[in-house]
Amino acid sequence: MNQSLHQYNPFKRMLFGFAFSPSLESNLHEVVRLAEFFDSELILLHVGEKTKEKQKKVNSIVAATAAPSRVSEYHWIPGDPYTTLLDSTESLSIDLLVLGAVQHESLFRFYVGSVARKLTRSVKCSVLLLIKPAVERVACKHVVVSGFKTSTLPNTLFQAFYSAQCLGANKATVVEEIANKSVKVSIDDDRSLIRSLRKKRVLEAEVDRRVAELIDQLPAALTDSISIQKQAIFGKRGYSIGHYAEVTRADLLVMDAPVKTSLLSRVITRDIEFILSDLPSDLLICRAK
Amino acid sequence: MTRNQFISSLPKNLFAGFVVSLIALPLGLSLAVASGMPATAGIVSAVVGGVVVSLLGGSYVTISGPGYSLVVVLLTAVTTLGGGDLFLGYTHTLAAIMIAGVLITLLGVLRMGKLAEFFPASAIEGMLAAIGLSLLVKQFPIMLGLEAGSGNPLIKLFKLPLVVTEFVQSAPESASALAAGLLGIVSLVILLFNSSIRNRYYQQIPSPMWVILLAVGYSYYCQLRGVESPIRPDLFIQLPDSVESMIYHPNFDLINSWGLWSVAITIAVIGSVESLLSIKAVDNLDPQRRRSNANKDLRALGVATAISGFLGGLNVVTVISRSSVNVTQQANNRSSNFFHGVFLLLFILFFSKLLNRVPLSALAAILVYTGYKLAHPLKLVAAAKVGKEQLLILVATSLITLSTNIITGIFLGTLITLLSHFVITKRPLLFLLHLFQPNVLAFKEKDTDSYYVSVKYFCSFLNLFKLKSKLDAIGATKTVVIDFSLCEFVDHSAMQTVENYIASFEKKGGKVSTIGLDLHGASSSHPFAVRNLATESTLGSIEKLFSRRQENLSKMSKEYGWEYCAKNQPIDPSLYQFLFFETKPIVQVYNTLVDPVSNGVVQDIVFNEGEFIARESARVTALTIKLESSIPSFVLDKEGLLDRLNAIAGFGDLTVEGHNYFNRKFHLSGSQPDKIRGLFNKELIFLIESSPIYLIESSGSELLILKKDRLLSPTEVKALVYFGRELIETLACNSISSNREISN
Repeated sequence: MNQSLHQYNPFKRMLFGFAFSPSLESNLHEVVRLAEFFDSELILLHVGEKTKEKQKKVNSIVAATAAPSRVSEYHWIPGDPYTTLLDSTESLSIDLLVLGAVQHESLFRFYVGSVARKLTRSVKCSVLLLIKPAVERVACKHVVVSGFKTSTLPNTLFQAFYSAQCLGANKATVVEEIANKSVKVSIDDDRSLIRSLRKKRVLEAEVDRRVAELIDQLPAALTDSISIQKQAIFGKRGYSIGHYAEVTRADLLVMDAPVKTSLLSRVITRDIEFILSDLPSDLLICRAK
Repeated sequence: MTRNQFISSLPKNLFAGFVVSLIALPLGLSLAVASGMPATAGIVSAVVGGVVVSLLGGSYVTISGPGYSLVVVLLTAVTTLGGGDLFLGYTHTLAAIMIAGVLITLLGVLRMGKLAEFFPASAIEGMLAAIGLSLLVKQFPIMLGLEAGSGNPLIKLFKLPLVVTEFVQSAPESASALAAGLLGIVSLVILLFNSSIRNRYYQQIPSPMWVILLAVGYSYYCQLRGVESPIRPDLFIQLPDSVESMIYHPNFDLINSWGLWSVAITIAVIGSVESLLSIKAVDNLDPQRRRSNANKDLRALGVATAISGFLGGLNVVTVISRSSVNVTQQANNRSSNFFHGVFLLLFILFFSKLLNRVPLSALAAILVYTGYKLAHPLKLVAAAKVGKEQLLILVATSLITLSTNIITGIFLGTLITLLSHFVITKRPLLFLLHLFQPNVLAFKEKDTDSYYVSVKYFCSFLNLFKLKSKLDAIGATKTVVIDFSLCEFVDHSAMQTVENYIASFEKKGGKVSTIGLDLHGASSSHPFAVRNLATESTLGSIEKLFSRRQENLSKMSKEYGWEYCAKNQPIDPSLYQFLFFETKPIVQVYNTLVDPVSNGVVQDIVFNEGEFIARESARVTALTIKLESSIPSFVLDKEGLLDRLNAIAGFGDLTVEGHNYFNRKFHLSGSQPDKIRGLFNKELIFLIESSPIYLIESSGSELLILKKDRLLSPTEVKALVYFGRELIETLACNSISSNREISN
């Protein structure tokens, strides 16, 4: 495999929590493939009792995947799925937690929250939510990355471009969401419109430069052969990027981890909650170790 | 505007203000009388409105003064608040007007200029029709010289024929009633047929002024013949002789009663909505296409209303009909509004004696005409054309408004509209779940100067303001594409608003086009009809329910001799020979357009990307051209999207020597590198570099051309067809020259 690329691997240990659902087979095919692309160890965990039958089933599926040797450990831990997975990411020192997710959340689910989404909010490592696992690979072509300014943005860009490079994507768009508030001009008439447009150009150039600098600092192995675009969007933070990923039919969306979310933020939806309630594509949420 | 420009345009504005004041005078008098107030109250409000709003307002060519929407509310307030004492009721109503003025100012300070946008278009139409009907039934007897009488306007509407028989029976006995009634009828006839009198000199004077002139003329005629006017003195307007006696002050004794506050709130809400709708409409009339600052105007109108109430006048609103006269008289700034106020003041100071000769029946005729125009039966036909549900909303709102009050009417009308949306989509959750979520994405597309706006979930009067604020932030000189393909439901108000944006952008040199509505089912063939993605059954009759884009495509095809067919076409298997569609099952092909010159076929193609993604299907507008002579197969695209597939097919990335920009910008690949390099000569590369493309693919015998990774607007389709012709021509020249080389 590509040594110059994989020396940067931020996802050395991947954890996949599996359940015996109809999509088990496609899920396992997908994660094994991912581990192969990322050059990672894959740890499989089932929350529940270990039985001969179940073990046999999982083994047979893994054996049929592209790289069965990637699976390094199996764990069978009975208990509450949420706490078990949460604790395991720490006890097994996991870098990336992979979860299957439903694309559109129902009203009930939205407020109560599925296990996957709860974990996304509270876990300490990066999380990858898969919405359309497949037995046969669907190529990943376009990665959309959030370029919103946070202290962890360099790490997010690093993980995003590592994933993009490993998955063989040829296009990455760094979306810079700029809150309308930061324009600080309310548009009432033609004069204020011109002022706001001028202000927007300045802001756009500013974030463009900032993101370009950060990308320049990334190792060349991560960025070469990917055509990188920058797109400034003025709008609601967290919402615009999801909508953008949907209209540009991105295959992977990469976001910074939310600082902290409470139930209130689901009542007054904001930031990452927009995307979690209506996933436009596979979603990688990056956290620095 | 510089000072010189302002001064040089003063005469024009002075004249426009004069003409407007000629209309404002009779309207002001009649509106005040109809509101149960002294006739001068209307003039006070127009004078205050003209002066205050022109000094403090944020619009350019609007005229402010007394409006018709609250006449019935004010009349009820005058009669009920005083407990039978009309003068007491009048002073209490003035207090309500003052409070309303403060409330309107507050709305302006709180930037509620968006207020009018939360009411659906048909509900507002219904409310206006109800106001028109109650004006009409109230004033009709007065026009005939009879007593107005009170009661529910709905019942009175059905009793209207009885009023006519009463007039016919009583008129022969009373000379006064006969003369007043006939004057009223003649006035109404003048107003109704005004537009069909095509005399230049006649048209110099606005029709309401003709009514006043007729009435005054009749009175002088009687005087000249030395007879007393047969009309009873109490059927004339009574104007005071001096300015001081025109002024009344409010009485705040009822400040603690709910009755007073409910009147004040009604005036504030309905007055603001009336003004905001007028400001929007007048902005579309302004030849200079300036955008009014609605919040600033609202603040000014509030201040004006409060002052007018303090001085004994009606509430002040922005009035559409007087403003449009102002625009046609070539006013270009706020000074005309100021002059209109000043002229009215002069009229009332110097001609009040003359005006005392105007009988009430003539003024009532003006309001009957106004009411008739507001409640014109053709409005029902227009609503029915948009859709049955719009007719239902309009009729229901006006019936509720007539039998209860304006505020209840407009709110229940809004509720009915919402319920109708629930019924049409059968998915109330679609609205409830996404009501408070943002649903609009807008960004400037890279490499071009055009903006892309995508709307998700639903777009109706509930969240229309979100789309509007995005569009307002773009500026009307730009090119904008609004994509509704992710939007499951678009209502009548939204369609109408988008249409207004199309018009206003066009006038300022920009362009708005909509895409992604072609697959939505529509409730009628009207361009503003509700669009709903859920009604798949209407897909079959797609050509009957053209979206605006389809209409434009169809028009364009006629103009240029292309064949256009909106219907779903059988999927041509030859599309799959292109690598682009190799892994993308095509679901639907429609809006087919054939250009006979290049033999090219433009189609909208819906395809799935991968499996398991039912609704996340993608759409592109593609041009395919069957070639006469075969060329090597190749793929040229901007982003190397097909690189992987090409690699599978054994293609490599190719560079053309001496064209560094081209090599950097585009990915070219194919299995016969030498032949492809031969094909891409200077001319072809020049053509491709100068015209933005997304992808060109050759299967050997056929070409596939994509300009963008989405559906194209009609203008973009035109550019695509043009590009196709150029490409074919360049390729043809190319093959001739290469043949020559071989023969040489």
